[in-house]
Amino acid sequence: MTKAFFDHISTTPLDPGVFEAMRPYFLESYGNPSSHIHDLGQAALRAVDRARGEVAALIGAKEGEIVFTSGATESNNLAVLGAVEGAGAGKRHVVVSDVEHFSVMNALIPLRNAGYEVTVLPVDRNGVVDPDDVRKALRDDTALLSVMHANSEIGTIEPVGPIGRIAKEAGVTFHVDATASAGHIPLDVREIPADLVTLSAHNFYGPKGAGALYIREGAKVASRTFGGFQEMGYRAGTENVPAVVGMGAAATLAGREMGAWAGHLSRLGKTLRDGLAAIPMLHYTGHPSGRLPGHVSFWVEHVEGESLLLFLNMKGVMAASGSACSSNLRGHDEEDLVASPVLRAIGVPSDICTGSITFSLGKGNTADEVRLALDAMPGIVERLRAMSPTYLDYQKQQAKGG
Amino acid sequence: MAAGPYSEKVMDHFMNPRNVGEIESADGVGEVGNPACGDMMRLYLKIDEGKVVDAKFRTFGCGAAIASSSMLTEMIKGKTVDEARAITNQHVADALDGLPAVKIHCSVMAEQAVKSALDDYVKKHAG
Repeated sequence: MTKAFFDHISTTPLDPGVFEAMRPYFLESYGNPSSHIHDLGQAALRAVDRARGEVAALIGAKEGEIVFTSGATESNNLAVLGAVEGAGAGKRHVVVSDVEHFSVMNALIPLRNAGYEVTVLPVDRNGVVDPDDVRKALRDDTALLSVMHANSEIGTIEPVGPIGRIAKEAGVTFHVDATASAGHIPLDVREIPADLVTLSAHNFYGPKGAGALYIREGAKVASRTFGGFQEMGYRAGTENVPAVVGMGAAATLAGREMGAWAGHLSRLGKTLRDGLAAIPMLHYTGHPSGRLPGHVSFWVEHVEGESLLLFLNMKGVMAASGSACSSNLRGHDEEDLVASPVLRAIGVPSDICTGSITFSLGKGNTADEVRLALDAMPGIVERLRAMSPTYLDYQKQQAKGG
Repeated sequence: MAAGPYSEKVMDHFMNPRNVGEIESADGVGEVGNPACGDMMRLYLKIDEGKVVDAKFRTFGCGAAIASSSMLTEMIKGKTVDEARAITNQHVADALDGLPAVKIHCSVMAEQAVKSALDDYVKKHAG
């Protein structure tokens, strides 16, 4: 049976070439980069520094500006908490967009508890932050502004260039979470005045367990891990050498192939998007054009997200939903079911939508796989609507009122 | 056939739900939940001589919600009104070989639906 993995926004398959680059660092070159007096440690140190250069090259940074972490969550935590602490005692205000990832939003909880003030920037119905709102929100005591590069759920690309210039003028540290976009669309810190940029290896065909935070030379960031002096003092703990090497190889691959991937993904994405238009009462989410290539997101009236995903999976199509019902099924209790706030932020009515669907395509996807999804969708939607009391009421209303 | 977070029973009832539909001139109709919260269930009962002789449902919701609805209708058919009222969410969850902890509310919805439908039946037949 054809299988279609359309959930690249959650993770991407490791590129086989990247795996080959990592392989020696498991069994042969197992040294600790901090213990580099001997040959094995020296080899590991050289490998980590080479990877640092490769990741830096992906975003136009200098080698010394890349700090390796365990992934995007740690990078976002370090960016938010580290920059706020680095800004000093007089700066008690943080500005974020309404569609940031949980690893930014939840890092604000201890800050609020400590008396920091947080301004949340609204987004328009396409999920876009208005740079004018940023200008109005920044104050003399603002420690940090955080706006993501692209949103994973709805695919929208934020105007980080204009926003960054406003932050720079105001002298506010600017963090960009580029987890969803890095390696897929260009981001160059020589053009976009970001001070901090979050990167995640497994979102661009690298391994899980490796991320990075770009820290612009001179930016004031305090470490949030307490231990040794690894990663220029920003992140204590022995580096995950094989994963870091993989991140470097993946960055080089993405830097070289990004344009070709984007062309392929845009074509497939357009076929998918156009094909879905045949389904009545289907609403696309996110910006119609300013969005990640190969990212198609939508919601369907009278169809609950998790049910749709379960049926799609039965047909071999693996996708994701931001619905409350499909989140965190391994949680301890219902408190752990948290609906994605992104749909609320873009004004999708909650009484007729409990789940957006995200099809996120990757470099390995084919036109046949897109066809598989398009063939499966109408029947599933029909089947779920036939079961839905809200759809029954809608039909009766239509019959009555015409 | 067990897929993802659910038991085989849940998946069976989700993929092949029993008793989906509507009963014209039902003796009791119960509606619980709210689509804004992710689930909504409407239950129709046909009651004859104090027994549930038919039950049908429509549910908007996740896999666990649809499976709980389906299982509930199977469980109450043939039961007396009192027996049907005694069914708890735990009975429904057990009959499905368990639900994930975060999905217990789906079985609660099924329990509430049958109570709501029986209340409606009592109200309709009180006079």
